[in-house]
Amino acid sequence: MTPLINETFIQITYLVATALFILALKWLSAPSTARRGVWAGELGMVLAIGGTLFYQGIVDYKWIVIALVLGSIIGVPLGLVHMTAVPQRTALSHACGALCVALVGTAEYYLRAPNVPPFMMAVLSMEVILGSLTFTGSLMATGKLQEILPQRPITYKGQNMVNLSLLAVAVIAAVILVLHPGQKHLFPLLIGIPLVFGVLMIVPIGGADMPTVISLLNSYAGLSAAAMGFVLDSKLLIIAGALDGSSGFILSVIMSKAMNRSFTNVLFGAFGQVQASAVAGEEARTVRSATAEEAASILAAANSVVIVPGYGMAVAQAQHKVRELYDALSKRGVEVKFGIHPVAGRMPGHMNVLLAEADIPYDKLMDMDAINPEFPQTDVALVIGANDVTNPAARTDQGSPIYGMPILDVDKARTVMVIKRSMSPGFAGIDNPLYYLDKTLMLFGDAKSFVGDIVRELAGSGHA
Amino acid sequence: MTSNLITSLYVFMLAGFLGFQVIRRVSPLLHTPLMSLTNALDAIAVVGAIVLVGEHKSTFATVLGTVAVVAAMSNVVGGFLITDRMLRMFKTSKPKKP
Repeated sequence: MTPLINETFIQITYLVATALFILALKWLSAPSTARRGVWAGELGMVLAIGGTLFYQGIVDYKWIVIALVLGSIIGVPLGLVHMTAVPQRTALSHACGALCVALVGTAEYYLRAPNVPPFMMAVLSMEVILGSLTFTGSLMATGKLQEILPQRPITYKGQNMVNLSLLAVAVIAAVILVLHPGQKHLFPLLIGIPLVFGVLMIVPIGGADMPTVISLLNSYAGLSAAAMGFVLDSKLLIIAGALDGSSGFILSVIMSKAMNRSFTNVLFGAFGQVQASAVAGEEARTVRSATAEEAASILAAANSVVIVPGYGMAVAQAQHKVRELYDALSKRGVEVKFGIHPVAGRMPGHMNVLLAEADIPYDKLMDMDAINPEFPQTDVALVIGANDVTNPAARTDQGSPIYGMPILDVDKARTVMVIKRSMSPGFAGIDNPLYYLDKTLMLFGDAKSFVGDIVRELAGSGHA
Repeated sequence: MTSNLITSLYVFMLAGFLGFQVIRRVSPLLHTPLMSLTNALDAIAVVGAIVLVGEHKSTFATVLGTVAVVAAMSNVVGGFLITDRMLRMFKTSKPKKP
Protein backbone atom coordinates (compact mmCIF):
# COMPACT_ATOMS: atom_id res chain seq x y z
CA MET A 1 0.00 0.00 0.00
CA THR A 2 1.19 3.49 -0.76
CA PRO A 3 1.34 5.82 2.24
CA LEU A 4 -1.68 7.81 1.03
CA ILE A 5 -3.92 4.78 0.55
CA ASN A 6 -2.69 3.42 3.86
CA GLU A 7 -3.55 6.63 5.68
CA THR A 8 -6.97 6.76 4.01
CA PHE A 9 -7.64 3.16 5.01
CA ILE A 10 -6.82 3.87 8.65
CA GLN A 11 -8.95 6.99 8.68
CA ILE A 12 -11.90 5.04 7.25
CA THR A 13 -11.64 2.43 10.00
CA TYR A 14 -11.67 5.32 12.49
CA LEU A 15 -14.69 6.87 10.81
CA VAL A 16 -16.65 3.62 10.96
CA ALA A 17 -15.52 3.10 14.56
CA THR A 18 -16.81 6.57 15.48
CA ALA A 19 -20.21 5.80 13.96
CA LEU A 20 -20.33 2.50 15.83
CA PHE A 21 -19.47 4.21 19.13
CA ILE A 22 -22.32 6.67 18.71
CA LEU A 23 -24.70 3.84 17.83
CA ALA A 24 -23.45 1.92 20.87
CA LEU A 25 -24.55 4.74 23.18
CA LYS A 26 -27.82 5.22 21.32
CA TRP A 27 -28.69 1.53 21.65
CA LEU A 28 -27.79 1.59 25.31
CA SER A 29 -30.79 3.84 25.98
CA ALA A 30 -33.20 0.90 26.42
CA PRO A 31 -32.60 -2.52 28.00
CA SER A 32 -34.01 -4.29 24.93
CA THR A 33 -31.34 -2.93 22.58
CA ALA A 34 -28.55 -2.36 25.07
CA ARG A 35 -26.58 -5.51 24.37
CA ARG A 36 -26.51 -4.67 20.68
CA GLY A 37 -24.86 -1.43 21.80
CA VAL A 38 -22.04 -3.35 23.47
CA TRP A 39 -21.47 -5.38 20.32
CA ALA A 40 -21.34 -2.20 18.22
CA GLY A 41 -18.78 -0.76 20.63
CA GLU A 42 -16.69 -3.92 20.48
CA LEU A 43 -16.73 -3.99 16.69
CA GLY A 44 -15.73 -0.33 16.55
CA MET A 45 -12.88 -0.95 18.96
CA VAL A 46 -11.58 -3.93 16.99
CA LEU A 47 -11.73 -1.93 13.75
CA ALA A 48 -9.91 1.06 15.22
CA ILE A 49 -7.17 -0.99 16.88
CA GLY A 50 -6.85 -3.20 13.79
CA GLY A 51 -6.59 -0.16 11.51
CA THR A 52 -3.96 1.43 13.73
CA LEU A 53 -1.74 -1.63 13.47
CA PHE A 54 -1.42 -0.91 9.72
CA TYR A 55 0.03 2.53 10.42
CA GLN A 56 3.24 2.82 8.42
CA GLY A 57 5.14 4.75 11.05
CA ILE A 58 5.21 1.66 13.24
CA VAL A 59 8.72 0.22 13.09
CA ASP A 60 8.51 -2.38 15.84
CA TYR A 61 5.55 -4.53 16.85
CA LYS A 62 7.16 -6.45 19.68
CA TRP A 63 6.15 -4.20 22.57
CA ILE A 64 2.77 -3.42 21.04
CA VAL A 65 1.88 -7.09 21.00
CA ILE A 66 3.25 -7.71 24.49
CA ALA A 67 1.31 -4.75 25.89
CA LEU A 68 -1.93 -5.64 24.09
CA VAL A 69 -1.77 -9.22 25.35
CA LEU A 70 -0.79 -8.21 28.89
CA GLY A 71 -3.56 -5.59 29.04
CA SER A 72 -6.13 -8.10 27.82
CA ILE A 73 -5.01 -10.62 30.44
CA ILE A 74 -5.39 -8.01 33.18
CA GLY A 75 -8.74 -6.93 31.73
CA VAL A 76 -10.42 -10.33 31.98
CA PRO A 77 -10.51 -10.58 35.80
CA LEU A 78 -11.52 -6.90 35.92
CA GLY A 79 -14.48 -7.81 33.73
CA LEU A 80 -15.44 -10.79 35.86
CA VAL A 81 -15.64 -9.13 39.30
CA HIS A 82 -18.68 -9.75 41.45
CA MET A 83 -21.56 -7.34 40.89
CA THR A 84 -21.22 -5.89 44.39
CA ALA A 85 -17.68 -4.83 43.46
CA VAL A 86 -18.79 -2.87 40.38
CA PRO A 87 -18.39 0.61 41.93
CA GLN A 88 -14.75 0.06 42.86
CA ARG A 89 -14.06 -1.65 39.54
CA THR A 90 -15.50 1.36 37.74
CA ALA A 91 -13.34 3.73 39.77
CA LEU A 92 -10.30 1.59 38.99
CA SER A 93 -11.05 1.69 35.27
CA HIS A 94 -11.22 5.51 35.42
CA ALA A 95 -7.73 5.34 36.94
CA CYS A 96 -6.44 3.09 34.13
CA GLY A 97 -7.92 5.29 31.41
CA ALA A 98 -6.47 8.42 32.99
CA LEU A 99 -3.07 6.77 33.44
CA CYS A 100 -2.92 5.94 29.74
CA VAL A 101 -3.76 9.51 28.77
CA ALA A 102 -1.29 11.10 31.22
CA LEU A 103 1.55 8.82 30.10
CA VAL A 104 0.97 9.46 26.40
CA GLY A 105 0.78 13.21 27.06
CA THR A 106 4.05 13.13 28.98
CA ALA A 107 5.83 11.17 26.25
CA GLU A 108 4.48 13.50 23.56
CA TYR A 109 5.76 16.57 25.41
CA TYR A 110 9.31 15.27 25.76
CA LEU A 111 9.33 14.13 22.12
CA ARG A 112 8.14 17.50 20.81
CA ALA A 113 9.56 20.12 23.21
CA PRO A 114 10.58 22.85 22.64
CA ASN A 115 8.66 22.93 19.34
CA VAL A 116 5.20 23.02 20.83
CA PRO A 117 2.82 25.73 19.58
CA PRO A 118 0.94 27.56 22.35
CA PHE A 119 -2.47 26.00 21.78
CA MET A 120 -0.93 22.54 21.55
CA MET A 121 0.89 23.15 24.82
CA ALA A 122 -2.34 24.30 26.45
CA VAL A 123 -4.28 21.15 25.54
CA LEU A 124 -1.26 19.01 26.35
CA SER A 125 -1.12 20.58 29.81
CA MET A 126 -4.82 19.99 30.26
CA GLU A 127 -4.42 16.40 29.17
CA VAL A 128 -1.60 15.72 31.62
CA ILE A 129 -3.12 17.66 34.55
CA LEU A 130 -6.57 16.09 34.20
CA GLY A 131 -5.13 12.67 33.53
CA SER A 132 -2.84 12.75 36.57
CA LEU A 133 -5.41 14.01 39.05
CA THR A 134 -8.02 11.58 37.75
CA PHE A 135 -5.50 8.76 38.12
CA THR A 136 -4.78 9.23 41.82
CA GLY A 137 -8.29 10.50 42.57
CA SER A 138 -9.81 7.35 41.09
CA LEU A 139 -7.33 5.15 42.93
CA MET A 140 -8.37 6.85 46.17
CA ALA A 141 -12.03 6.33 45.30
CA THR A 142 -11.30 2.66 44.59
CA GLY A 143 -9.59 2.36 47.97
CA LYS A 144 -12.52 3.94 49.78
CA LEU A 145 -15.08 1.80 47.97
CA GLN A 146 -13.07 -1.35 48.57
CA GLU A 147 -12.80 -0.22 52.20
CA ILE A 148 -9.02 -0.37 52.16
CA LEU A 149 -9.25 3.30 53.13
CA PRO A 150 -11.70 4.73 55.68
CA GLN A 151 -15.02 5.71 54.09
CA ARG A 152 -15.62 8.55 56.51
CA PRO A 153 -14.61 11.95 55.20
CA ILE A 154 -11.30 13.18 56.57
CA THR A 155 -11.22 16.93 56.94
CA TYR A 156 -8.86 19.46 58.43
CA LYS A 157 -8.73 23.21 58.70
CA GLY A 158 -7.74 25.07 55.56
CA GLN A 159 -8.17 21.94 53.45
CA ASN A 160 -9.75 23.75 50.52
CA MET A 161 -7.12 26.48 50.64
CA VAL A 162 -4.32 23.90 50.46
CA ASN A 163 -5.97 22.03 47.60
CA LEU A 164 -6.78 25.10 45.55
CA SER A 165 -3.33 26.64 46.03
CA LEU A 166 -1.75 23.41 44.85
CA LEU A 167 -3.90 23.37 41.74
CA ALA A 168 -3.12 27.03 41.15
CA VAL A 169 0.62 26.26 41.14
CA ALA A 170 0.08 23.58 38.51
CA VAL A 171 -2.00 25.95 36.38
CA ILE A 172 0.65 28.68 36.66
CA ALA A 173 3.33 26.19 35.59
CA ALA A 174 1.13 25.26 32.63
CA VAL A 175 0.72 28.92 31.65
CA ILE A 176 4.49 29.47 31.75
CA LEU A 177 4.96 26.38 29.62
CA VAL A 178 2.43 27.65 27.07
CA LEU A 179 4.51 30.83 26.76
CA HIS A 180 7.88 29.06 26.94
CA PRO A 181 7.41 25.42 25.92
CA GLY A 182 11.17 24.81 26.24
CA GLN A 183 11.14 25.05 30.06
CA LYS A 184 11.35 21.30 30.45
CA HIS A 185 12.10 21.47 34.18
CA LEU A 186 8.59 22.83 34.78
CA PHE A 187 6.82 19.91 33.15
CA PRO A 188 7.13 17.49 36.09
CA LEU A 189 5.03 19.99 38.08
CA LEU A 190 2.15 19.28 35.68
CA ILE A 191 2.33 15.63 36.68
CA GLY A 192 3.39 15.72 40.32
CA ILE A 193 1.04 18.39 41.66
CA PRO A 194 -2.12 16.94 40.12
CA LEU A 195 -1.12 13.50 41.42
CA VAL A 196 -1.07 14.93 44.95
CA PHE A 197 -4.18 17.00 44.29
CA GLY A 198 -6.07 13.90 43.19
CA VAL A 199 -5.39 12.28 46.55
CA LEU A 200 -6.28 15.38 48.57
CA MET A 201 -9.44 15.92 46.53
CA ILE A 202 -10.89 12.55 47.54
CA VAL A 203 -9.72 12.52 51.19
CA PRO A 204 -12.68 14.63 52.40
CA ILE A 205 -15.25 12.70 50.32
CA GLY A 206 -17.53 10.33 52.20
CA GLY A 207 -19.14 7.14 50.95
CA ALA A 208 -22.56 8.72 50.36
CA ASP A 209 -21.01 11.24 47.96
CA MET A 210 -19.38 8.54 45.86
CA PRO A 211 -22.05 8.48 43.13
CA THR A 212 -21.35 12.14 42.33
CA VAL A 213 -17.59 11.81 42.63
CA ILE A 214 -17.37 8.70 40.43
CA SER A 215 -19.42 10.51 37.78
CA LEU A 216 -17.19 13.55 38.02
CA LEU A 217 -14.03 11.46 37.68
CA ASN A 218 -15.67 9.79 34.69
CA SER A 219 -16.15 13.20 33.15
CA TYR A 220 -12.52 14.19 33.81
CA ALA A 221 -11.26 10.96 32.26
CA GLY A 222 -13.32 11.71 29.14
CA LEU A 223 -12.14 15.30 28.89
CA SER A 224 -8.49 14.31 29.27
CA ALA A 225 -8.93 11.78 26.46
CA ALA A 226 -10.51 14.47 24.29
CA ALA A 227 -7.52 16.74 25.03
CA MET A 228 -5.26 13.88 23.94
CA GLY A 229 -7.27 13.77 20.71
CA PHE A 230 -6.38 17.43 20.10
CA VAL A 231 -2.70 16.74 20.76
CA LEU A 232 -2.59 13.76 18.39
CA ASP A 233 -5.04 15.37 15.92
CA SER A 234 -7.31 12.32 16.19
CA LYS A 235 -11.00 13.05 15.60
CA LEU A 236 -11.90 9.58 16.82
CA LEU A 237 -10.33 10.28 20.19
CA ILE A 238 -11.88 13.74 20.41
CA ILE A 239 -15.34 12.30 19.79
CA ALA A 240 -14.93 9.32 22.15
CA GLY A 241 -13.56 11.65 24.83
CA ALA A 242 -16.37 14.16 24.33
CA LEU A 243 -19.00 11.42 24.58
CA ASP A 244 -17.43 10.04 27.76
CA GLY A 245 -16.99 13.52 29.17
CA SER A 246 -20.58 14.54 28.54
CA SER A 247 -21.85 11.23 29.90
CA GLY A 248 -19.92 11.72 33.14
CA PHE A 249 -21.06 15.33 33.31
CA ILE A 250 -24.76 14.46 32.85
CA LEU A 251 -24.51 11.78 35.53
CA SER A 252 -22.78 14.21 37.93
CA VAL A 253 -25.56 16.73 37.38
CA ILE A 254 -28.25 14.10 37.99
CA MET A 255 -26.48 12.92 41.15
CA SER A 256 -25.93 16.43 42.49
CA LYS A 257 -29.58 17.30 41.87
CA ALA A 258 -30.66 14.13 43.63
CA MET A 259 -28.74 15.32 46.68
CA ASN A 260 -29.79 18.94 46.25
CA ARG A 261 -26.18 20.01 46.20
CA SER A 262 -23.83 21.71 43.79
CA PHE A 263 -20.62 20.20 42.42
CA THR A 264 -18.53 22.59 44.43
CA ASN A 265 -20.45 21.61 47.53
CA VAL A 266 -19.72 17.94 46.93
CA LEU A 267 -16.06 18.56 46.22
CA PHE A 268 -15.39 21.19 48.84
CA GLY A 269 -18.19 20.59 51.31
CA ALA A 270 -17.17 17.40 53.10
CA PHE A 271 -20.71 16.41 54.00
CA GLY A 272 -19.87 14.78 57.34
CA GLN A 273 -18.90 18.02 59.07
CA VAL A 274 -21.97 20.05 58.32
CA GLN A 275 -24.29 17.70 60.15
CA ALA A 276 -22.77 17.59 63.60
CA SER A 277 -25.02 20.33 64.97
CA ALA A 278 -28.21 18.86 63.55
CA VAL A 279 -28.11 15.66 65.57
CA ALA A 280 -28.06 17.12 69.04
CA GLY A 281 -31.10 18.31 70.95
CA GLU A 282 -33.37 15.37 70.31
CA GLU A 283 -35.03 13.69 73.24
CA ALA A 284 -35.38 9.96 73.30
CA ARG A 285 -38.50 9.22 71.32
CA THR A 286 -40.23 5.91 71.17
CA VAL A 287 -40.12 3.67 68.17
CA ARG A 288 -42.28 0.65 67.52
CA SER A 289 -40.44 -2.49 66.59
CA ALA A 290 -41.81 -5.70 65.16
CA THR A 291 -40.73 -9.28 64.65
CA ALA A 292 -40.35 -11.09 61.35
CA GLU A 293 -43.63 -12.90 62.02
CA GLU A 294 -45.57 -9.68 62.50
CA ALA A 295 -43.93 -8.13 59.45
CA ALA A 296 -44.80 -11.19 57.37
CA SER A 297 -48.48 -11.05 58.31
CA ILE A 298 -48.71 -7.35 57.46
CA LEU A 299 -46.98 -7.90 54.12
CA ALA A 300 -49.20 -10.87 53.35
CA ALA A 301 -52.32 -8.83 54.02
CA ALA A 302 -51.20 -5.97 51.77
CA ASN A 303 -52.30 -5.38 48.20
CA SER A 304 -49.33 -3.30 47.18
CA VAL A 305 -45.79 -3.17 48.52
CA VAL A 306 -42.95 -0.88 47.50
CA ILE A 307 -39.48 -2.00 48.48
CA VAL A 308 -36.91 0.78 48.88
CA PRO A 309 -33.35 -0.58 48.78
CA GLY A 310 -30.23 1.32 49.81
CA TYR A 311 -26.54 0.79 50.29
CA GLY A 312 -27.31 -1.36 53.36
CA MET A 313 -28.84 -3.96 51.07
CA ALA A 314 -25.64 -4.09 49.05
CA VAL A 315 -23.47 -4.36 52.17
CA ALA A 316 -25.58 -7.19 53.57
CA GLN A 317 -25.67 -8.88 50.13
CA ALA A 318 -29.41 -9.18 50.68
CA GLN A 319 -30.53 -8.85 47.05
CA HIS A 320 -31.13 -12.57 46.53
CA LYS A 321 -33.22 -12.81 49.73
CA VAL A 322 -35.14 -9.75 48.52
CA ARG A 323 -35.88 -11.63 45.30
CA GLU A 324 -37.26 -14.54 47.35
CA LEU A 325 -39.47 -12.07 49.20
CA TYR A 326 -40.56 -10.60 45.88
CA ASP A 327 -41.45 -14.09 44.60
CA ALA A 328 -43.29 -15.08 47.78
CA LEU A 329 -45.37 -11.90 47.79
CA SER A 330 -46.05 -11.96 44.05
CA LYS A 331 -47.29 -15.52 44.37
CA ARG A 332 -49.83 -14.32 46.91
CA GLY A 333 -51.05 -11.71 44.48
CA VAL A 334 -49.37 -8.79 46.23
CA GLU A 335 -48.15 -6.18 43.77
CA VAL A 336 -44.48 -5.55 44.50
CA LYS A 337 -42.47 -2.69 43.05
CA PHE A 338 -39.10 -1.20 43.85
CA GLY A 339 -38.52 2.50 44.46
CA ILE A 340 -34.98 3.50 43.60
CA HIS A 341 -33.44 6.81 44.53
CA PRO A 342 -30.81 8.11 42.06
CA VAL A 343 -28.10 8.21 44.72
CA ALA A 344 -28.99 4.95 46.47
CA GLY A 345 -25.78 2.95 46.68
CA ARG A 346 -22.30 3.98 45.71
CA MET A 347 -22.61 4.75 42.01
CA PRO A 348 -25.32 5.75 39.53
CA GLY A 349 -27.62 2.79 38.88
CA HIS A 350 -25.96 0.62 41.56
CA MET A 351 -29.24 -0.75 43.00
CA ASN A 352 -30.67 -1.58 39.57
CA VAL A 353 -27.68 -3.73 38.73
CA LEU A 354 -27.82 -5.62 42.04
CA LEU A 355 -31.56 -6.26 41.74
CA ALA A 356 -31.24 -7.29 38.10
CA GLU A 357 -28.49 -9.67 39.18
CA ALA A 358 -31.00 -11.23 41.58
CA ASP A 359 -33.36 -11.76 38.60
CA ILE A 360 -35.88 -9.12 39.53
CA PRO A 361 -37.56 -7.97 36.31
CA TYR A 362 -36.41 -4.47 35.42
CA ASP A 363 -39.93 -3.22 34.73
CA LYS A 364 -40.54 -3.47 38.50
CA LEU A 365 -37.63 -1.10 39.20
CA MET A 366 -39.08 2.40 39.33
CA ASP A 367 -37.10 5.60 39.60
CA MET A 368 -37.99 8.30 42.08
CA ASP A 369 -40.27 10.38 39.85
CA ALA A 370 -42.26 7.33 38.78
CA ILE A 371 -42.76 5.82 42.22
CA ASN A 372 -43.41 8.88 44.39
CA PRO A 373 -47.00 9.48 43.20
CA GLU A 374 -47.77 5.85 44.06
CA PHE A 375 -46.83 5.91 47.74
CA PRO A 376 -50.19 7.30 48.99
CA GLN A 377 -51.91 4.25 47.48
CA THR A 378 -49.27 1.85 48.75
CA ASP A 379 -50.10 -0.43 51.69
CA VAL A 380 -46.56 -1.10 52.82
CA ALA A 381 -43.28 0.65 52.06
CA LEU A 382 -40.43 -1.66 53.06
CA VAL A 383 -37.13 0.18 53.45
CA ILE A 384 -34.07 -2.05 53.31
CA GLY A 385 -30.78 -0.44 54.19
CA ALA A 386 -31.72 3.03 52.98
CA ASN A 387 -31.81 6.00 55.31
CA ASP A 388 -31.22 9.58 54.19
CA VAL A 389 -33.07 9.12 50.90
CA THR A 390 -36.26 8.40 52.88
CA ASN A 391 -35.83 11.15 55.48
CA PRO A 392 -38.94 13.38 55.57
CA ALA A 393 -36.87 16.08 57.27
CA ALA A 394 -35.58 16.84 53.77
CA ARG A 395 -39.08 18.13 52.96
CA THR A 396 -40.00 19.87 56.19
CA ASP A 397 -37.05 20.72 58.41
CA GLN A 398 -35.29 23.79 57.11
CA GLY A 399 -32.51 23.31 59.64
CA SER A 400 -31.67 19.86 58.37
CA PRO A 401 -28.47 19.55 56.36
CA ILE A 402 -30.35 17.53 53.76
CA TYR A 403 -33.23 20.04 53.53
CA GLY A 404 -34.39 20.33 49.93
CA MET A 405 -32.99 17.00 48.82
CA PRO A 406 -35.59 15.09 46.82
CA ILE A 407 -36.59 11.96 48.72
CA LEU A 408 -38.71 8.88 48.26
CA ASP A 409 -42.02 9.66 50.00
CA VAL A 410 -42.21 6.39 51.93
CA ASP A 411 -43.86 8.19 54.84
CA LYS A 412 -46.97 8.61 52.68
CA ALA A 413 -47.54 4.85 52.49
CA ARG A 414 -50.12 3.37 54.89
CA THR A 415 -47.49 1.39 56.77
CA VAL A 416 -43.74 1.84 56.71
CA MET A 417 -41.33 -0.91 57.68
CA VAL A 418 -37.63 -0.21 58.05
CA ILE A 419 -35.05 -2.96 58.28
CA LYS A 420 -32.08 -1.55 60.14
CA ARG A 421 -29.29 -2.88 62.30
CA SER A 422 -29.89 -0.48 65.17
CA MET A 423 -31.10 3.04 65.87
CA SER A 424 -27.69 4.54 65.21
CA PRO A 425 -27.98 7.35 62.67
CA GLY A 426 -27.07 6.69 59.06
CA PHE A 427 -23.97 7.62 57.16
CA ALA A 428 -24.53 11.34 57.27
CA GLY A 429 -25.25 11.24 61.00
CA ILE A 430 -28.71 12.76 60.56
CA ASP A 431 -31.62 11.58 62.66
CA ASN A 432 -34.56 10.28 60.64
CA PRO A 433 -38.03 11.35 61.91
CA LEU A 434 -39.51 8.59 59.75
CA TYR A 435 -38.57 6.08 62.43
CA TYR A 436 -40.73 7.75 65.08
CA LEU A 437 -43.96 7.89 63.08
CA ASP A 438 -46.93 5.93 64.43
CA LYS A 439 -47.21 4.02 61.19
CA THR A 440 -43.58 3.00 61.17
CA LEU A 441 -42.42 -0.40 62.35
CA MET A 442 -38.72 -0.90 62.91
CA LEU A 443 -37.38 -4.33 62.04
CA PHE A 444 -34.06 -4.57 63.84
CA GLY A 445 -31.53 -6.96 62.39
CA ASP A 446 -29.27 -7.80 59.50
CA ALA A 447 -31.02 -7.10 56.20
CA LYS A 448 -30.20 -10.46 54.70
CA SER A 449 -31.25 -12.63 57.64
CA PHE A 450 -34.30 -10.52 58.46
CA VAL A 451 -35.66 -10.70 54.92
CA GLY A 452 -34.89 -14.43 55.01
CA ASP A 453 -36.94 -14.74 58.23
CA ILE A 454 -39.89 -12.93 56.66
CA VAL A 455 -39.74 -15.22 53.64
CA ARG A 456 -39.74 -18.28 55.92
CA GLU A 457 -42.71 -16.95 57.85
CA LEU A 458 -44.57 -16.32 54.62
CA ALA A 459 -43.85 -19.83 53.40
CA GLY A 460 -44.45 -21.56 56.72
CA SER A 461 -47.73 -20.24 58.00
CA GLY A 462 -50.78 -19.57 55.92
CA HIS A 463 -50.97 -15.79 56.39
CA ALA A 464 -53.59 -14.58 54.01
CA MET B 1 -2.31 23.66 11.43
CA THR B 2 -4.77 26.33 12.59
CA SER B 3 -7.50 25.08 10.26
CA ASN B 4 -6.98 21.57 11.60
CA LEU B 5 -7.33 22.95 15.07
CA ILE B 6 -10.53 24.79 14.28
CA THR B 7 -11.97 21.68 12.65
CA SER B 8 -11.09 19.73 15.78
CA LEU B 9 -12.83 22.29 17.97
CA TYR B 10 -15.95 22.00 15.83
CA VAL B 11 -15.79 18.23 16.08
CA PHE B 12 -15.41 18.44 19.85
CA MET B 13 -18.33 20.81 20.20
CA LEU B 14 -20.63 18.75 17.98
CA ALA B 15 -19.67 15.53 19.73
CA GLY B 16 -20.37 17.17 23.08
CA PHE B 17 -23.88 18.19 22.00
CA LEU B 18 -24.46 14.78 20.46
CA GLY B 19 -23.34 13.14 23.70
CA PHE B 20 -25.81 15.22 25.69
CA GLN B 21 -28.68 14.31 23.39
CA VAL B 22 -27.91 10.60 23.21
CA ILE B 23 -26.99 10.08 26.85
CA ARG B 24 -29.91 12.06 28.27
CA ARG B 25 -32.13 9.36 26.86
CA VAL B 26 -30.43 6.53 28.69
CA SER B 27 -32.78 5.19 31.35
CA PRO B 28 -31.59 5.59 34.98
CA LEU B 29 -31.98 1.83 35.09
CA LEU B 30 -28.85 1.52 32.96
CA HIS B 31 -26.65 4.20 34.47
CA THR B 32 -24.08 1.72 35.76
CA PRO B 33 -23.70 -0.10 32.41
CA LEU B 34 -23.60 3.33 30.74
CA MET B 35 -20.61 4.29 32.83
CA SER B 36 -18.77 1.05 32.18
CA LEU B 37 -19.49 1.22 28.45
CA THR B 38 -18.35 4.83 28.04
CA ASN B 39 -15.25 3.83 29.95
CA ALA B 40 -14.53 1.03 27.53
CA LEU B 41 -15.12 3.35 24.55
CA ASP B 42 -12.92 6.00 26.12
CA ALA B 43 -10.11 3.44 26.18
CA ILE B 44 -9.85 4.07 22.43
CA ALA B 45 -6.95 6.22 23.65
CA VAL B 46 -5.11 2.94 23.22
CA VAL B 47 -4.65 3.76 19.51
CA GLY B 48 -2.57 6.81 20.39
CA ALA B 49 -0.49 4.73 22.76
CA ILE B 50 0.00 1.99 20.14
CA VAL B 51 1.42 4.52 17.68
CA LEU B 52 3.67 5.93 20.38
CA VAL B 53 5.10 2.49 21.14
CA GLY B 54 5.41 1.46 17.51
CA GLU B 55 7.18 4.59 16.30
CA HIS B 56 9.90 3.95 18.87
CA LYS B 57 11.16 7.53 18.81
CA SER B 58 12.85 7.19 22.20
CA THR B 59 13.16 4.50 24.84
CA PHE B 60 11.39 6.80 27.32
CA ALA B 61 8.41 7.19 24.98
CA THR B 62 8.27 3.47 24.26
CA VAL B 63 8.27 2.56 27.95
CA LEU B 64 5.55 5.07 28.79
CA GLY B 65 3.58 4.01 25.74
CA THR B 66 3.79 0.34 26.65
CA VAL B 67 2.41 0.97 30.14
CA ALA B 68 -0.28 3.14 28.56
CA VAL B 69 -1.31 0.39 26.14
CA VAL B 70 -1.53 -2.12 29.01
CA ALA B 71 -3.68 0.25 31.11
CA ALA B 72 -6.02 1.14 28.25
CA MET B 73 -6.30 -2.41 26.96
CA SER B 74 -7.34 -3.68 30.39
CA ASN B 75 -10.17 -1.12 30.21
CA VAL B 76 -11.20 -2.24 26.74
CA VAL B 77 -11.43 -5.92 27.64
CA GLY B 78 -12.70 -5.47 31.20
CA GLY B 79 -15.14 -2.71 30.28
CA PHE B 80 -16.90 -4.53 27.45
CA LEU B 81 -16.94 -7.78 29.42
CA ILE B 82 -18.60 -6.37 32.51
CA THR B 83 -21.04 -4.20 30.56
CA ASP B 84 -22.27 -7.24 28.68
CA ARG B 85 -22.49 -9.29 31.89
CA MET B 86 -24.59 -6.59 33.52
CA LEU B 87 -26.89 -6.14 30.56
CA ARG B 88 -27.48 -9.88 30.29
CA MET B 89 -29.00 -9.74 33.78
CA PHE B 90 -31.69 -7.21 32.91
CA LYS B 91 -34.84 -9.20 32.23
CA THR B 92 -38.42 -8.09 31.92
CA SER B 93 -41.41 -9.77 33.57
CA LYS B 94 -43.45 -9.35 30.40
CA PRO B 95 -43.41 -12.32 28.04
CA LYS B 96 -41.04 -11.83 25.13
CA LYS B 97 -42.54 -10.91 21.82
CA PRO B 98 -42.06 -13.69 19.28
